[in-house]
Amino acid sequence: MTALSTFDSARICADFPILSREVRPGVPLIYLDSAATSQKPASVIEAMNDYYRRSNANIHRGVHALAEEATALYEGARERVARFINACSTKEVIFTRNATEAINLVAYSWGRANVNAGDAIVITEMEHHSNLVPWQMLAAEKGATLEVIPVTDDGELDLSTFDDILQKRPKLVCLTHMSNVLGTINPVTDIAAKAHAAGALVLVDGAQSVPHLPVDVQTLGADFLAFSGHKMCGPTGIGVLWARQALLEDMPPFLGGGDMIRRVYLREFKANALPHKFEAGTPAIAEGVGLGAAVDYLTGTGMAAVHAHERQIIAYALERLEEVPGVTVYGPKAERKGGVAAFSLAGVHPHDIAQVLDRDGIAVRAGHHCAMPLHDRYQLPATARASFYLYNTMGEVDALIEGLYKVKKMFG
Amino acid sequence: MDDMYREVILDHYKNPRNFGTLDPADISYEDDNPLCGDRIRIDLRLDENQRVKEVAFSGHGCAISQASASMLTEEILGKTLDEIRHIGKEQVLELLGIELGPVRLKCALLSLKVLKAGAYGLKEED
Ligand SMILES: Cc1ncc(COP(=O)(O)O)c(C=O)c1O
Repeated sequence: MTALSTFDSARICADFPILSREVRPGVPLIYLDSAATSQKPASVIEAMNDYYRRSNANIHRGVHALAEEATALYEGARERVARFINACSTKEVIFTRNATEAINLVAYSWGRANVNAGDAIVITEMEHHSNLVPWQMLAAEKGATLEVIPVTDDGELDLSTFDDILQKRPKLVCLTHMSNVLGTINPVTDIAAKAHAAGALVLVDGAQSVPHLPVDVQTLGADFLAFSGHKMCGPTGIGVLWARQALLEDMPPFLGGGDMIRRVYLREFKANALPHKFEAGTPAIAEGVGLGAAVDYLTGTGMAAVHAHERQIIAYALERLEEVPGVTVYGPKAERKGGVAAFSLAGVHPHDIAQVLDRDGIAVRAGHHCAMPLHDRYQLPATARASFYLYNTMGEVDALIEGLYKVKKMFG
Repeated sequence: MDDMYREVILDHYKNPRNFGTLDPADISYEDDNPLCGDRIRIDLRLDENQRVKEVAFSGHGCAISQASASMLTEEILGKTLDEIRHIGKEQVLELLGIELGPVRLKCALLSLKVLKAGAYGLKEED
């Protein structure tokens, strides 16, 4: 039997309290916006609640019982995350606020120490702004150049010029594992092998992949991986930077302050050991605990099963979307993407699509989804986006399609 | 909420009044709302008394932004630039006749922003 046949959507929905609410009286919620942020299972909400009710204390330096308990819970979450992505050690798991901060950490710490005038940094045309702007800022400051991997009409990376780009001996290749607009799952391992052969390091934006598919950092090929807790059933305010230990050892600290030091003198300091070297100040402790519970939840469900379920949903969603006259879906075929469908409907602005769907409790996003250059590439001012997660059902896809027919009727 | 798409708004969206461009125009201004991808340009021709003799708008965006632009063009025919400078956002919302949250408010008021920038003789930024 495949993992799929044991996937019980009804049981999973029951794990997420918010999914049983009505948006307005008599209108149940159909949440198709998980690429923006996922909903949270009761176990995550309860873990954070319990933490504040029972264990709250500041971590790492206390000797009293609560301080030890809080430290154990927070560091326990780090162990869970390390296991979840198969990191070699918890020293490689740095807690940040979100994926954006994780990428900025690399740009500030590694980037400012290793990128010089005239160096090249590679980005792609399908990146989220958070994997573009930090590199634009670094390049402007250092006089470095940005080289761009374009995307094809079908929404995949166009690697035909990649060898030429690598001729320029870039220092770093930055790419998303999965596009938050097109849903494209990029061949990170192949790209990383080529980049490494040319002497470049590889930073992977895992904000959309880590929540939705099995990710093993020991086989992925990345040197840096960034992701956010809130997109993977965890709370906001906590994210992760994973990087190979040797790299982290060599990198200068990012933010300075408490916790990231071993010893402070009046005029200098000695940095703390990994991972604390990169975690200045009191961290988001309850959020870390919540992320640990989210990882437990996803592990319990099985990431292969989550991915398989989403592949079924997206295949069905694409099939149904394409039968609606006037709908255009962007991105590759279902086999090559995750559970994200960005689309337009002829003659109707995405805002109006989202607003009319909202009447039926259907939550989709409208806009540029923090990927303006990608929308420019397709000459689209905006798109509507439905994104799916483990708790979505085929019936919700049907509701979306029905809703789109209502939109058409209203604007037709 | 339920009359956000009331008949008059859909009518202005589907059959925009004064849609197009004027070339030459006495005043022309264009701006966008990059968050939504709405874009509106307004062209004006004035008579000898500095009153709006002709007006045209162009661009693209959601029903709310396009309908409000269309309604506004009807509203300002015959008005002086000074009168235009005194149009408040309440007037636009009254024309639309709906209540809007903060995101859609930006859509609704883009045309007024463009119109006023033109009336104050501002230069386009990009
Ligand atoms: C591909 C991708 N990268 C990065 C981010 C940024 O995530 P956060 O805002 O949690 O830092 C997102 C979230 O929208 C995303 O989809």
